[in-house]
Amino acid sequence: MIVKRLFAGIVAAVAAAFGFAATALADAAEHMPVDGGHWLVPAANEQAQRIDDFHIMLMWIITVITIFVFVLMFWVMFRYRAKANPVPSKTSHNTIIEFVWTVVPILILVVIGFTSLPLLYYQDVVPETEFAVRVTGNQWNWTYSYPDHDGIEFTSVVVPDSAFVNASERAEYEAALTGFLGKPAKLNARLLDADTRLVVPANTKVKVQLTASDVIHAWTVPAFGVKLDAVPGRLNETWFEADKPGTYYGQCSELCGKDHAFMPIVVEVMTKEDFAKWVEHAKAEYADAGTTALGR
Amino acid sequence: MAAHGNPTGWRRWVYSTNHKDIGVMYLWFAFIAGMIGFGMSGLMRMELAEPGVQFLPSFLGITEDHARHMFNVLTTGHGLIMVFFMVMPALIGGFGNYFVPLMIGAPDMAFPRMNNVSFWLMPPAFILLLLSTMVEGAAGMNGFGGGWTAYAPLSTIGHPGPSMDLAIFSLHVAGASSIMGAINYITTIFNMRAPGMTIHKMPLFAWSILITAFLLVLSLPVLAGAITMLLTDRNFGTTFYNPAGGGDPILYQHLFWFFGHPEVYIMILPAFGIVSHIVSTFSKKPIFGYLGMAYAMAAIGFIGFVVWAHHMYTVGLDVDTKAYFVAATMVIAVPTGVKIFSWIATMWGGSIKFEVPMLYAIAFILLFTVGGVTGVVLSNAGADIVLHDTYYVVAHFHYVLSLGAVFGIFAGMYYWIGKMSGKQYPQFLSKLQFWITFIGVNTIFFPQHFLGLQGMPRRYVDYPDAFAYYNKISSIGYEITAVGVLLFIVVMAKTLFFTKKTVADNQWGEGATTLEWTLSSPPPFHQFNELPHIK
Repeated sequence: MIVKRLFAGIVAAVAAAFGFAATALADAAEHMPVDGGHWLVPAANEQAQRIDDFHIMLMWIITVITIFVFVLMFWVMFRYRAKANPVPSKTSHNTIIEFVWTVVPILILVVIGFTSLPLLYYQDVVPETEFAVRVTGNQWNWTYSYPDHDGIEFTSVVVPDSAFVNASERAEYEAALTGFLGKPAKLNARLLDADTRLVVPANTKVKVQLTASDVIHAWTVPAFGVKLDAVPGRLNETWFEADKPGTYYGQCSELCGKDHAFMPIVVEVMTKEDFAKWVEHAKAEYADAGTTALGR
Repeated sequence: MAAHGNPTGWRRWVYSTNHKDIGVMYLWFAFIAGMIGFGMSGLMRMELAEPGVQFLPSFLGITEDHARHMFNVLTTGHGLIMVFFMVMPALIGGFGNYFVPLMIGAPDMAFPRMNNVSFWLMPPAFILLLLSTMVEGAAGMNGFGGGWTAYAPLSTIGHPGPSMDLAIFSLHVAGASSIMGAINYITTIFNMRAPGMTIHKMPLFAWSILITAFLLVLSLPVLAGAITMLLTDRNFGTTFYNPAGGGDPILYQHLFWFFGHPEVYIMILPAFGIVSHIVSTFSKKPIFGYLGMAYAMAAIGFIGFVVWAHHMYTVGLDVDTKAYFVAATMVIAVPTGVKIFSWIATMWGGSIKFEVPMLYAIAFILLFTVGGVTGVVLSNAGADIVLHDTYYVVAHFHYVLSLGAVFGIFAGMYYWIGKMSGKQYPQFLSKLQFWITFIGVNTIFFPQHFLGLQGMPRRYVDYPDAFAYYNKISSIGYEITAVGVLLFIVVMAKTLFFTKKTVADNQWGEGATTLEWTLSSPPPFHQFNELPHIK
């Protein structure tokens, strides 16, 4: 998409003007926020890519409209300043122009709508999925359970700040995480890393069933284009499919009290083979704990 | 007869039934509340200037754990104060009270004594809200930290202490005040227009207040009902919002936003009215497409009632429901576009003078456009998935409210301060005040778009280090804005206390055509003893 590249170029130029290399756009390997970044985090699957494409289209439309209004305004301010135009006109009606500025926006909105609604239905209608994970929001951590895998269940709690200062504490957390995943793991970022991760296989449609045990939380992974509230007494459903193995982050996105900022979401995507191995290992450790709000 | 003498001293204010005095009290009230609300946002911005939780614990002398809760109390307080105790009192209670009767050629409001009650309910409501920050909210900690939206169950089981109850009472009282005010405006505007002033000749500010009043009367009772159910859920064992008893937390959100969405138009419509007058005055031209302008506001008000669930795209609504709310929400862009283009068309062919009110009005139009187009982005549920509850939303609504409604208030103050006080603001200082504020608020809020796109959730006391850069910029923007706000106080103090009364009846000349400019500056205590006749 030439248009998209052009736009990315403009954003990069603006970013450069702010004194930044265009890392936010170029760095596709990492799907994490970057300091000084200006754009959506790079998409890690088709859902997020479609959102990104749609958002770029919207950005084009709103940028053109905004520039049009600004230029028009500045031109009017210059051309009709009191010095240049001491005698004001008496015009206060023009049916044609009023018609135009009502109808043209409607047409633009229709164009947006025809792109927006298919995307909405694509996101919102859960397709055939291979298995489900249940996510329960608690004050202030997440419980993940795998009803289709003998009820593996564990809780994911934020890694405290101290682990990012104290090297030995960090090593402890990384060792525990390596044990949990069955493969070497590192902590990446303060407030984004948790002591355990939701583990899913790549190239697999996964259904996410959400609820909460106390107040409302919201589960999101921006790189997957997924966000849904975890509401007590409800079972909300969404889905995602990750393209390639890696670690993906999100943060609770509905105000849930004191530690709202301290309950990150971490998803570890593995190859299907690695996932099968992890399931065996996790069954031994975590099967049938049965402590979610839903029970089993 | 001494019955219509001019009361003096405290009686003039406490017992006041005079719309101008009540309007002035509303403006002072909004100023005081606004300073507190602005201070709260300052504490938040200082906390967010750098990653980690350090500012609040050291500034307030509390533990870090407590500071996390205190941050939420501050976001909640900032939101409620700015909405209910700053913008609404300033635009509706202040300018509405002072100028609607003058503009429509009426001697006073229809129910002067109810007007007094409307105002005097506001200070107790505000005191209740301030008290709520000083008693227990969340277990073991003071204040309610559930956001101005007060979603259940965070506002029920999440905050067992009496703090939330006080906040609910505060909104009850403020709501009663606003409903009485709204009834007063509707009655006044329908019945007390001067002979010859048909509804289609009425100034646009009066139109905007009329439509706002209807929105208030129709939406506030829903809020009152919603928070009363919160109150009984909390205290009397009902389960309207508690799934354990067959209730539903989402019901609260539907009720809240059925009020909440019209509420945002309640805040912006009066600013639309003020900007229309200013643009017309300083372009020396009648407003372009007057009827279109008036009915665009009516359309915005009407559509405002059928779009509420676009605040709830991520709660798990049915996909067809979302599709409807996407379509309905985007429709709002049409009347809003009509207004923007009509303002520019009013300036087209005009003879434009860039007095301070005009600077604010032009800035309003430009910045409201920015806030408007990001609104179009957010209206699409598909894109909202990644932007919902991020700083993109914070940037969007501050562009339409903080740089929209608040710029409308600034514009109105500079436009009418001469009329209200008979004294003129200092030119240079005021222009400086405009430019500093303009640069400051844009530095605060524009980078927040980037933070939101990168995924930073709102209402966060601490954030991953990857969000540090633009948070720092945003906090620097706050410091610039603080200079602008201090300068505003200096400008107003200089105007009111160190300037002589010199303002002519019509200080803005031939462009200012509404009735308030036919009166002296300041206007007499009782005006229009003989009603003006409109051709």
